[in-house]
Amino acid sequence: MVDSQAAAPALEPGLDTFPRYLMHHAKLRPQHPAMREKEYGIWQSYSWAEVAENVCAIAAGLAELGFRRGDRLAIVGDNRPRLYWSIMACQCLGGIPVMMYQDAVAQEMTYVLQDAEVRFAVVEDQEQVDKMLEIAGETPLMERIIYEDQRGMRHYNDAQLLSLESLQTKGRLRLQSQPDFVDGEIAKGAFDDISVMLYTSGTTGKPKGVCQTHEAFITSARGAIQFDRLSEREDILSYLPMAWVGDHLFSFAQATVAGFTINCPESGETVMNDLREIGPTYYFAPPRVFENLLTQVMIRMEDAGALKRRLFSHFLEVAKGCGADILEGRPVPAMQRLQYWLGSLLIYGPLKNVLGMNRIRVAYTAGAAIGPELFLFYRSIGINLKQLYGQTETCAYVCLQPDGQIKLDSVGKPGPYVEVKIADNGEVLVKGPMLLKSYYKRPDATAEALNADGYFMTGDAGYFDEDGHLKIIDRAKDVGKTADGSMFAPNFLENKLKFFQHIKEAVTFGNGREFATAFINIDLEAVGNWAEKKGIPYSGYTDLASRDEVYGLIRECVEEVNADLAADPKMSGAQIRHFLILHKELDADDGELTRTRKVRRNFIADKYAVLIDAMFAGKARQFIETQVAYEDGRVGKVSADLRIDEARTFPAGASRQAA
Amino acid sequence: MDMTDSSQLAAAENSGRRRFGDIILDLQNISLSFGGVKALTDISFNVREHEIRSIIGPNGAGKSSMLNVINGVYYPQEGKVFYRGAERARMEPYMAARQGIARTFQNLALFKGMSVLDNIMTGRNLQMRSNIFLQALRIGPAQREELAHREQVERIIDFLEIQAYRKTPVGQLPYGLQKRVDLGRALALEPQMLLLDEPMAGMNVEEKQDMCRFILDVNDEFGTTIVLIEHDMGVVMDISDRVVVLDYGKKIGDGAPEEVRNNEDVISAYLGTKH
Repeated sequence: MVDSQAAAPALEPGLDTFPRYLMHHAKLRPQHPAMREKEYGIWQSYSWAEVAENVCAIAAGLAELGFRRGDRLAIVGDNRPRLYWSIMACQCLGGIPVMMYQDAVAQEMTYVLQDAEVRFAVVEDQEQVDKMLEIAGETPLMERIIYEDQRGMRHYNDAQLLSLESLQTKGRLRLQSQPDFVDGEIAKGAFDDISVMLYTSGTTGKPKGVCQTHEAFITSARGAIQFDRLSEREDILSYLPMAWVGDHLFSFAQATVAGFTINCPESGETVMNDLREIGPTYYFAPPRVFENLLTQVMIRMEDAGALKRRLFSHFLEVAKGCGADILEGRPVPAMQRLQYWLGSLLIYGPLKNVLGMNRIRVAYTAGAAIGPELFLFYRSIGINLKQLYGQTETCAYVCLQPDGQIKLDSVGKPGPYVEVKIADNGEVLVKGPMLLKSYYKRPDATAEALNADGYFMTGDAGYFDEDGHLKIIDRAKDVGKTADGSMFAPNFLENKLKFFQHIKEAVTFGNGREFATAFINIDLEAVGNWAEKKGIPYSGYTDLASRDEVYGLIRECVEEVNADLAADPKMSGAQIRHFLILHKELDADDGELTRTRKVRRNFIADKYAVLIDAMFAGKARQFIETQVAYEDGRVGKVSADLRIDEARTFPAGASRQAA
Repeated sequence: MDMTDSSQLAAAENSGRRRFGDIILDLQNISLSFGGVKALTDISFNVREHEIRSIIGPNGAGKSSMLNVINGVYYPQEGKVFYRGAERARMEPYMAARQGIARTFQNLALFKGMSVLDNIMTGRNLQMRSNIFLQALRIGPAQREELAHREQVERIIDFLEIQAYRKTPVGQLPYGLQKRVDLGRALALEPQMLLLDEPMAGMNVEEKQDMCRFILDVNDEFGTTIVLIEHDMGVVMDISDRVVVLDYGKKIGDGAPEEVRNNEDVISAYLGTKH
């Protein structure tokens, strides 16, 4: 499926590297703010002309230290203008910035520094300098460490260290005698030079350095700019790690291409305040940020007066009814429109103001599944929140949700210049200029990720719906089939279940079976609250989990998921017929979860094989004895006679209302 | 920074990278009593410029009385106080402030209802020159002056890493942060000598580590001489250049942390028996 949106060519003539864009903006809009940073309580602005001057000084300074074309420059720190300048300076010299996570411990940094053979690093402050010095013995190639913040650095006399300020002084001196030095270096750059190296998180094996060219990120940035009609007037708050592909695209690449303003918060703790002060027009956050914001609002509303609470809940209902339709320009009856207008005046407007979201034109979320209620809440109060889908290897996005065509369960349409096709096994394949050039020094991994036709294999299973929207279902290797040929996607089912606040974890089974089954962990806090309100006594998790009322509560959730599945012709056969609530919480100490709290399905399937067999055999109860590891390392045994419940399933094609 | 780091740092600085100046404060044979109660008996010690000097001792040893003598709150019945070479006459505490001595309090003395920013701003009062009417109307020189002071206060906020609480009323902050604000207000005075009364009291380990780092940073960045009273021996030994030990109003030890740690009298005062 080739997309035809790509009207403009991928690159503009003369603007095929990031340094050329920088100089372009410095000439075209010298006084326009390129970056702001809150310091000493005031937003300090740097215009494009100032940024260009500073970048040239850093570049010349680096060259003085012996930085050559193709050298790697490690960049470590919070989002700071000077670190963004260092990226640009490095690119001016034809070097490759290697972005590193600032919260990594020293030992984790060693691998990246060794792998990328880094000789120069620009770091934010004393904390990062200490880490670099700590591992100096293992990184013998390192020659110079340049630090931005002088605080606490007075007594460091390591010969490797140099402040960014003195580096710039060195550079300016060089530029006095050789004013066109940096321009000459920029002229040597080419569109297919590597512009940045971003390390993948490495959940499987060692992290890999993804090499992206100028062309890749510029195309990607231009694609998204066209897609959402962004201009130089946007404001974005850069607060997500600089080493993450999302920040590199949204803050660095798009801002440098479109010429809009990057705003750096004062510190990690002040982000919410800074967000309010800046009022960005373009915003990105992972789902948990949106979730935290909503929770904070709800908690504060609980403490508000009765009148305010009633107004709030009334207008939220109004917004739920018609907010999303108004946002997407669909017809809405005049009475509802009037109500919504009133709501904007009294509730939504002030609320958006408090959240710092009243100027937002476009907001994106990605990185994890976002709950439909959460997503709809923001859209209903008039915030144009959308989802995207992509990887580090594709410059952050492959698909974006177009304005006015938001579907909860799809990630939208392929962006401009992106070609997406579905392989025979259901895997999503991507092609286009935004693909990675290679993994650094890993031809084996590169060959594994790119197939013979030049498609990047995402490892995700998905399909296009009738409107051409991509639906991502699961990791391709996890997807199976039920006996009747329906697609069985365990993660997809589990996510659907976990969106219910009463369900904390779910594990589903069904590959090669006639139907699907599920283990459920209830959320002790949420279900506990619910039980208290209902006056149901309980002594602890195990007791609560075995209550009939709780089984009833969970059955409703499972049936709702089944109704959803029935509506999807591809998955209607994979409805959950039997489920049980586990007598213990899944725990990383018992090996059931990874340390990042992902379920280890195969391990669980082995450990609880008796229960799974019983579910598929349709038994009503099953006895099980399992080992548990206590936090002090002792091992004990728990046994339980678990009840297995049956949930209603629905005929294929039945809509939700009919159910 | 963890504790081992700070101790290494202190050790490194003791090894002579930092320059100590002349004696800035000299206390000679100080005795102080309240009625029949002798709080301090014949105590002599001095403080050199740029050093971190600690006064330790068990409860009721006379530490706070000693600090109050330095601060000019109490005037000793016997003995002499030389500050910057001049003998000090009886005086009011505000005169100590004018001479460049600032302090923090064991039981915080902040304005709970005022914001962090305003609390630290009060520390600048002494430096404000325009009169109260101009200040109230915020016109002319008063506004320029306020801007300059605000900038100074912002630097302190940045230094103490409390940007996130700038506008928060102090009463809503956790105790450890209130202590930091208290320190900020003392710093706003741009003192030459900073008296800290149990800066670590009631803090958890992490807050203590933070406070240690700030004390070392203040001393290092601004060259401020610091006299501190502290209960927590570990902390004191890690960050001090020299330590005075008091017990029942008498001096029982004085010197570098290592010497004091091995001093028999100090051990028995703290542990109650000789080993």
